[in-house]
Amino acid sequence: MQFNSSMPWWSYLLMGAGLLAFIALVAQSIWRHRGVHRSLFASPYTLWMIVFTVLPVVLIAYYAFTDSAGGFTLDNFRAFWDSNHLMREQLRSAAGDEVAATVVRGSVNIDTLVYSLWMAFLCTAICLLLGYPAALFMADRQMKLGATIVVLFIIPMWMNFLLRTIAWMSLLEDTGLINQLLEAMGLGKRQLLYNQGAVLLGMIYNFLPFMVFPIYTSLSKLDPRLSEAAADLGCNSWRTLYKVIMPLSIPGVISGITMVFMPSVTTFFIPRVLGGGHTQMFGDLIEAKFLTEGNWNVGSALSLVMMLLILISLSILRKADPNGEGGGIA
Amino acid sequence: MENEHLIDLIHVSKDFDGVKVLDDISLYIRKKEFVTLLGPSGCGKTTTLRIIGGFETPSEGQLLFEGRDIVSLPPYKRRVNTVFQKYALFPHLNVHDNIAFGLKIKKTPKAEIDRRVEQMLELVGLKGYGKRRVEALSGGQQQRVAIARSLVNEPEVLLLDEPLGALDLKLRKEMQLELKSMQQRLGITFLYVTHDQEEALTMSDTIVVMRDGKILQIGDPKHIYDEPANAFVADFIGESNILSGTMIRDELVAFAGSEFPCVDFGFGSNAPVDVVVRPEDITLVGEDVGQLTGTIRSVIFKGVHYEMMIDTGSYVFKVHSTTMQPQGSRVGLSIVPFNIHIMQPMNAPRNEKEAQDSAV
Amino acid sequence: MTKVLKRIYLGLILIFLYMPIAVLIVQSFNAGKSRAKWEGVSLHWYIDLFNNTAIMNALWVTLSVALLATIVSTVIGTLAAIGIHSMRKRPQAMMMTLTNLPNTMPDIVTGISLMLLFIFTQVDRGYVTMLLAHITFDTPYVILSVLPKLKQMNKHTYEAALDLGATPRYALLHVLIPECKQGIVTGALLAFTLSLDDFTVSYFTTSPLVQNLSTLIYSATKLGITPIYYALSALMFVVLLLLLLAVNRRTQEN
Repeated sequence: MQFNSSMPWWSYLLMGAGLLAFIALVAQSIWRHRGVHRSLFASPYTLWMIVFTVLPVVLIAYYAFTDSAGGFTLDNFRAFWDSNHLMREQLRSAAGDEVAATVVRGSVNIDTLVYSLWMAFLCTAICLLLGYPAALFMADRQMKLGATIVVLFIIPMWMNFLLRTIAWMSLLEDTGLINQLLEAMGLGKRQLLYNQGAVLLGMIYNFLPFMVFPIYTSLSKLDPRLSEAAADLGCNSWRTLYKVIMPLSIPGVISGITMVFMPSVTTFFIPRVLGGGHTQMFGDLIEAKFLTEGNWNVGSALSLVMMLLILISLSILRKADPNGEGGGIA
Repeated sequence: MENEHLIDLIHVSKDFDGVKVLDDISLYIRKKEFVTLLGPSGCGKTTTLRIIGGFETPSEGQLLFEGRDIVSLPPYKRRVNTVFQKYALFPHLNVHDNIAFGLKIKKTPKAEIDRRVEQMLELVGLKGYGKRRVEALSGGQQQRVAIARSLVNEPEVLLLDEPLGALDLKLRKEMQLELKSMQQRLGITFLYVTHDQEEALTMSDTIVVMRDGKILQIGDPKHIYDEPANAFVADFIGESNILSGTMIRDELVAFAGSEFPCVDFGFGSNAPVDVVVRPEDITLVGEDVGQLTGTIRSVIFKGVHYEMMIDTGSYVFKVHSTTMQPQGSRVGLSIVPFNIHIMQPMNAPRNEKEAQDSAV
Repeated sequence: MTKVLKRIYLGLILIFLYMPIAVLIVQSFNAGKSRAKWEGVSLHWYIDLFNNTAIMNALWVTLSVALLATIVSTVIGTLAAIGIHSMRKRPQAMMMTLTNLPNTMPDIVTGISLMLLFIFTQVDRGYVTMLLAHITFDTPYVILSVLPKLKQMNKHTYEAALDLGATPRYALLHVLIPECKQGIVTGALLAFTLSLDDFTVSYFTTSPLVQNLSTLIYSATKLGITPIYYALSALMFVVLLLLLLAVNRRTQEN
């Protein structure tokens, strides 16, 4: 099944048509036989998800709990906790326990994880602070902004994500637009690129719309008579915001937080470009384990730990939104 | 021909995830009959309708249409049409296209579709509404479109699932009469589901009273009202005084501390029975000549009559009378034998106190 | 007064969002190669663009994958949404967990897990694997867009169609799908956008021989990126904007 770019363009069409034909066939056979039981319509999807989502996750779990020979082991998680674990074990067999004992615990993985979580937290918090007022003003009926403003927030996402990030390099570099402005104002040049601030800026820039949309959706669904009722009962506009509007927009806030926090923890392109490789994040670590070091087992363990962390924090978040309404981005 | 069975349900049962919602139902529907399934929510009436419509398959039993089993026939091949709860009109189609939906599927020529849709719009009193969006119509108008959409297909049977539930009281009364006259004019069999006993009594030729997935009684409205099969039916159809009593012997029953002549027989002697007396069947007489005496606890004016609660010591009777007696006065109560309805007790004999509680 | 302040705030946020894009577009007309120095206006990056086979190939891969993934995921997703909607409570909850799973999985895990699957099953990574991966992450979004529309619908609508003589196929095509058309279109647009913008999943599920724009740009960043990519993205941006305006006009007419 080797396909590469040397294949003629029509072969792509052919493959696509084949795939479509498969699905049409499945669908056809479903709705011809049983009319009333529509639940069967979901079967192609179920099959698809089992093969392409459940099975891959099972594979990650499999690699995380096995060594390179395929035997069960917890070493990969030890290696996560102590990045020198493997080296120590090799020394133990080569030079004995005493030498091995001199190898201290390597904290790279844990440090990176903590750092990533901290950065993701900062990014999420700032996005929330910037995004909530934006969503609030967008949903304000008196502003008469309508759907246009939403589209204005979506359009930047059509510029390739990598290029948008690269564009920030031109803005931030020593001879970039911002520094030129600073110089012209007599403030002098600053080192703006290749530091933590630049990475954070890049993250906020890329993920801010994902905070704004769900909050906007949940706010615009609110009955405008609610704020009238609050005013009628004696709330001033701040109190109305604090006591009525904000509590009711919690589902949107929660899905916003989810949609910003998750990609923030795992981003690996932004720190590489804007951090200049000085700041490594957890996503970089995982990518390196798989593609640079080729150590799938430890890489899988890292992925599994991250997935668990995310699932745990999500389930805590979901507690605050028991109906699971969320805001959605559509 | 009119006595011919159109639909037969034979020992039909239905389970949903282990819960029995229909328990051995047998029922037949004749041509041109107006049959109502009546019962509280959860009694299985809608499930019965959906089985006939083809949206549910019975777990056990047979469903015959003109003598042929149609259990495995999908809904779109059955010669029945349904008017759904809350109508289920197609919002993306206008009134005309909603009504024309079934005809288009049958590849009816366009001219004929237009003619028949117009005819239907006229029948339901919506002439000139064809181009309107269904969502722009009022509840009553949507109801009429739903009926027209079904009737235009000239079904053998029209199934109606609480069709008037979403309408206000006045409109509901109007539609009841309209539906009845429509049914008589078109000569179509109607199977109607409702929890409203008054609706059932007004429109039906035959009422089927259901509870907990079982049929309690089948009969014409008058029969069901006058001769309820048990205390539940009596209570559900109209207001009743329901007491536990003892059948002393044929044509003599004891309840509320006295003995009464009645017309029922065949229960044995000294057998526990349920006794039902309608509030309008109790006559108020002088305290000295009544079969029972009691004190009037409360009086409410109900428009055509007064409703009085009369405490006889062992039971509080609900009495309807056109003459008012002041609260607190002592009166005599008299019941003619014909109006005392004796039935087998529903459960184990209830004690007097319990009966009193549930009656008050 | 507050209205003005609110407008200013939104304006500032929008400037923040559009500034890098403006920079890219301006630099795509720069005659020189350096990001820092302006060497006059030129269109030569645009001309180079169309002569660069690697970029044209990547563009073709990106667009065809996005289009095919959108079509397939819209078909599967719409059918699935209809199926899930008609399920009883427990299987429905199970399917929703399955649908939400990819949304709670970071891109990088999605990408890596699929990579492991393809390596494990000894399928060489390339065009088809990338397409399969895109369909996988697109479909849940289609479902999540269509489901709310189905929930708004009267639950007896489908039965009403069957009752009036429609076969299940007719009811699907003439009642269910028209009634959740809006959700289907939203889902398809979402799927297309996500697929077009994806880097992480594509990165792990294709080979260096089959590049889409994202992975091509990624490898170019290691060598130093030239304005030719700015020209490309500026062009794509403008085309998509025009498409949006056209679609918007059409929906307004309807």
